[in-house]
Parts: sequence; structure tokens; C-alpha cells
Amino acid sequence: MILNDFSRRTFIKLSGVAAAGLGLSACGNSGSASSGSTESAGGAAASGDTFKVGGIGPVTGPAAIYGSATKYGAQVAVDEVNAAGKIKLELNWQDDEHDAEKSVNAYNNLKDWGMQILVGTTTTTPCVAVSTESNADRIFELTPSASSVNVLGGEDIGADNPRKDNVFQMCFTDPNQGTASAQYISQQKLGTNIAIIYNNADAYSTGIYQKFVDEAGALGLKIVSTTTFTDDQTDFSVQVGEAKKNKADLVFLPIYYTPASLILSEAKKQDYAPKFFGVDGMDGILDLEGFDKSLAEGVMLLTPFVATATDEATQSFDEAYKKASGADANPNQFAADAYDCVKAIAKAIEEAKIEPSMATPDMCDALIKQFTDASFSYEGLTGKSSWSTTGEVTKTPKGMVIENGIYMPLDKEETK
Amino acid sequence: MGFLSNLINGISLGSVYAIIALGYTMVYGIAKMLNFAHGDVIMVGGYLCFIGMSSLGLPTVVAVLLSIVGCTCLGIVVERLAYKPLREAPSLAVLITAIGVSYFLQNSALLIWGADPKVFKSIVDLPSISLFDGQLVIGPINLVTALTCLVIMVCLTLFTSRTKMGKAMRACSEDKGAAQLMGINVNTTISMVFAIGSGLAAIAGVLLCSTYPTLMPTTGALPGIKAFTAAVIGGIGSIPGAALGGVLLGIIEIFAKAYIGTQLADAIVFGVLIVMLLIRPAGLLGKEIHEKV
Repeated sequence: MILNDFSRRTFIKLSGVAAAGLGLSACGNSGSASSGSTESAGGAAASGDTFKVGGIGPVTGPAAIYGSATKYGAQVAVDEVNAAGKIKLELNWQDDEHDAEKSVNAYNNLKDWGMQILVGTTTTTPCVAVSTESNADRIFELTPSASSVNVLGGEDIGADNPRKDNVFQMCFTDPNQGTASAQYISQQKLGTNIAIIYNNADAYSTGIYQKFVDEAGALGLKIVSTTTFTDDQTDFSVQVGEAKKNKADLVFLPIYYTPASLILSEAKKQDYAPKFFGVDGMDGILDLEGFDKSLAEGVMLLTPFVATATDEATQSFDEAYKKASGADANPNQFAADAYDCVKAIAKAIEEAKIEPSMATPDMCDALIKQFTDASFSYEGLTGKSSWSTTGEVTKTPKGMVIENGIYMPLDKEETK
Repeated sequence: MGFLSNLINGISLGSVYAIIALGYTMVYGIAKMLNFAHGDVIMVGGYLCFIGMSSLGLPTVVAVLLSIVGCTCLGIVVERLAYKPLREAPSLAVLITAIGVSYFLQNSALLIWGADPKVFKSIVDLPSISLFDGQLVIGPINLVTALTCLVIMVCLTLFTSRTKMGKAMRACSEDKGAAQLMGINVNTTISMVFAIGSGLAAIAGVLLCSTYPTLMPTTGALPGIKAFTAAVIGGIGSIPGAALGGVLLGIIEIFAKAYIGTQLADAIVFGVLIVMLLIRPAGLLGKEIHEKV
């Protein structure tokens, strides 16, 4: 509690002021989050010819890799849209440390700033909270990577969680990831005896797990071991041991990269080398500080984007991203998703002829109409995307495999 | 084979708990306070060793020594600044201060090292030992942890029973006032206890992070609480009790995961604490002390 209070108070107080000098990780980064011409001074009114786009994602904290990726990815897209000159966007990115409460605070900060459109939030749990707020405020929201259906509302959640019609996703939903993973494993004949290790305290992980099991059953994949863990747990000897004992040749990991790195190192300790198959949460494992990349050799994951692809759009994005982030790391799929979010919104704005002076709720309705229009689709880094009224995206996933410390397309691997 | 492998993992995990619990139990036994910041000293120890190895490029042994020295100094400073002024205060005030110190250390780590998890490189860089055609695989770090725990327990027992300083510690634990009258410097003795406890925490931190190679500002929190549970089960204040409690708790945790279900492991661990408090409040090896009315 003390931790939360401390960070929250200072967060609100300092988020407008660049507090980098204090070295306070949360505040320092949120201060510098508004880079270039997008300096935020909490509370400015909406200006004449510019669309005010807010962004929320963890730039610090355990999921910082995702948030930073989305932040820089979105920035690259905003710069491109502005350079093209048809419309003008202004991006203000706020840190939420992957915490629902801090995320809502960040959202309120952005609202004070005059946000008209929201790109975010990056992670699922905060997004469920923020999307409820944005729905009440009628602000159009497109999340790059929050993949739970609870973000969108509706589906089987029923009356407690009605469809939030202003919220759309750029990534696959958790059920889709689970289903697609099972189909992919079955099609490519990657494994027959499957072990699953998932986080049963996490909506993202359990969501994918359930759909994976359903689909695996339908496809005749044999699940030989299912074990769970909770946040903060660091001992995976039993989970990996169970998979090994049951002779699983493929371990499905619908989890984030931090526990995944522990599982990989435990597997090495136990001399156990099955195939490991992850989902989008696995993305980022190679950027973990101090991580022995050889552990991830051969790890497969399902992701719609790969930075090593040779097409022109990916290459130029790769270059611009490295420049924006000031680091040499390749952009991951989160960066690409955020880039596509901004570009898709820009395309919708242009096609629907939306003006920056429009009232925010009207803009929200116009964007909803455009996104759910049957003729509207957007082709970007993560493939050709279109949206249904449920807010879910339709596109084709690609399998990736980690080779020599970088992602390579898995399909190519298969045909070699 | 599965049983044996689980047992080895349990003993390894339990040994880490035991080393942490030794620190808890020493401080409680002698200073009569629960140092809830102990878990966070472990985390600091892990970070110091990580920095020594990765940023400063020191040899492993030097990095571990740096971590032990750093944590010992930290323990002494914390004791001097936070606990010493409260020597005569009610124990509740000291307890709350300890929780405050715990948050202070966690947040300082957050400021200095950031919240991104770091991957800790194991201090023991040897291949796993494979027995019975690979059915039983023992990680070298598991052996090192168990051995270290044993050595520390024996050394501490000898230290408190044989040396002058150790005897002074036991005297302070029985009656501070009388010890002072006998010419024992109570303040120095308590500082010494914190120094030893924090040095142990550094070792525990290095071993914990080597076994489970992830390092975050909250790394020490849950193992700290579990080790406290272990100390209570073993009988808080008793050195062999802490070691026994730690190893038992580790085995219970791994067996619960393996044979009852991964979902219930933590509930079972803390359930054991409740049962123990109901049946034998003084713990397995603790002395029952009757309150004088």
C-alpha cells in the first residue's frame, strides 16, 4: 500500500513536469515520454488543427519492454503521418507501470490534457479498467496489445461487462491466440504430446489456456501435463519436472517472458529439451537484461510481425524505430502493433473526413462507424486488418522461431 | 525417481529458506524483534552480486564477498539509524519501523536499479549431474545451497556456544539488564547480530538468485515471508529450529506442488503455519516459556 500511495502521489504531481533529474524511475520516464514536439503540460486545451492522441503503457516496471515498444512504435507512426502532411497528430505517452490504478490516473491526466483518441493501453489488466472509463467518456480507444476479451466487453461475460463499443484491438484476442496456437501446432506437426504451464492468477494466461485446450481437443492433440503457477513464483522445478516425466515433446507457454525465462533455465538444469511454443507475451525475452540467449534457441512463438522480414515497410520501420528509441534493439510485435494503431486511426480519420475541431464523443462515434464499416481495412506491418462490431481484429498469424538470438519466420524453417 | 527429484528440489529450496530463517531467528532470539526488512536485505545482496559480476566484471568470489560486505554494512547502518533509537520503545513501534525499512529498501532498489527484471547468472557454472539415464538430474547449485546451509548452521551453533561474543549474545537474549550489569556491551552485541544476520541475507540472496535466476526489487519479499514462516515452524529464536523449519517448508512446498496441485502450494505452506501455531505455538524446537504473572 505504501508503495502504491507513494508512486501514485508523486506520479500525479510530477507527470507534467519533467522530473528526470530526480531519477525517480516512474516519473522520470513519464516526463520524458512526451518527446519532441509533444511536450505535455497537463491541462492544455485542444488546439485547432491537431488531433490529440493519448497513449498509455508501462515504460517502467515488470512489463516495461512492451510499453516502451508501443510508445516508440506509436511515435514513429505519428512522425510519419505528420510528415505526410494530410492530418496532424500530437502524441502524449503516459506510463502506467502495468498497474490498473496508475493506468486510470494516467488516463485522467491525458483527459485533462485534452486527449481525443486513445492508443492503449498496452497491457491487459490496466486496459480493462481504462476501457471502462473511456467508454463512459466516449473517447475512441484502439489498444495495440491488450488481448483479453474483457477489454472489449461483451462475449460471454454478459451483463456485468457489456460490450464497450468504443474499444477495438490491433492484436489477436486471447481466445484467438489459444485457438490459433493449437491449429498451428497441429498443422505444422510440431508436437504430439503437449505440456502446458500457465499462470492461473492472470486473465491473459488463463484465457489463452482455455481456448487452447478446447481447440487441441478438437484437433486430437494430446495434452499430457498441465501445471500452473502464480505471480511472484520463481520455482518451476515441479512444473518442468512434470512435463519431462510425462515425456512431452512440446511445452506450450501462454505466459509473459519473465516466468518463461525461468522455465527455460529450469529446463536446461533438468537436461530437458522439448520444443517450446509461446504466444505474444513471449516476445521480449531476448531483450531481458542478462538473459542467456542460447536458452531461447529454438523457442517458437506466434506473432503477426517479425523485424527481420525483408519487405520495405518493415525495413524502414526498423530503422525509424531504432532512431526513435535510441537503442539498437529490433522492434518487436508490440511496436509494430502500436505503429499500426496510429496508422489505422489516421487512415480512418482521412476516409471519414473527421476534423480535429469535432467534439470528442462525435469523433468517437464517427471512428466507430468507420472501423466497423465492412469496406474499411488497413494493411500495415502486422498484416491486413479489419474489424468487426465486437472490436476484435481479423488477420493471419505467423509462426516465428528464435535462431541465433533473432526471430526468423517459422514457415520458411519448415520448407527448408 | 520423481519422488527423489522432488525431494532434492525441496531440500534445495528449503535450504534457501533456512539460511534466510537463520537471519530472522538470530535477530529475534537476541534483539527480540521481528526484522521484516530481512527479506529486502536479501534482494540488495542479490543486486550487489549482480552488479559485481555483470557491471564491474569482478570474479564470482569477489562479487559474492562484495555482496556480503555490502549487506553487513547495510545491516549495521539500518540498525544504527532505525532500530537503535527505539531500543526502549514498545515492540509494536519497532515492528512498524521494520516494515517501513522494508518499503524503504524496496523503493530505493526501484529507484536505483529500476523495476525491469534482471537475469542473474548462477554463481556455480557447472553442468547438471545426470543419474539413472537422465531420470534424475541434480543442478550443481542445489548441492551448493544445501551444503552452504549446513555449514552456516554448524558455524552459527559453534559461534553462539563457544565464542565470547556468542556467549554475550546468549546472555543478552536471556536478560539484557543483567547482561549489561555483567559488563556486556548490549548495543555492540545487538549491532553484531544485525551484521551477521545481514551477511547471511547476502549469501541467501546470491543462492536464491542463482537457483531462480530473476532479480527484481520485490525478489526478497515472498521468500522473506516464507522464511519467517519457517522460523516460526522451527521455533523462532532457535538456530537448529530455523534450519529444520526451512528445509521442512521447502519440502512441503515442492511436494504440495507435485502431489496435490500447483495451484494450492502457497495455501498449504501457510496452512502448515496455522496448524503449527494451533498445536505447538513455540515451534518444533522452540522452548515454551511461561509468562510470569
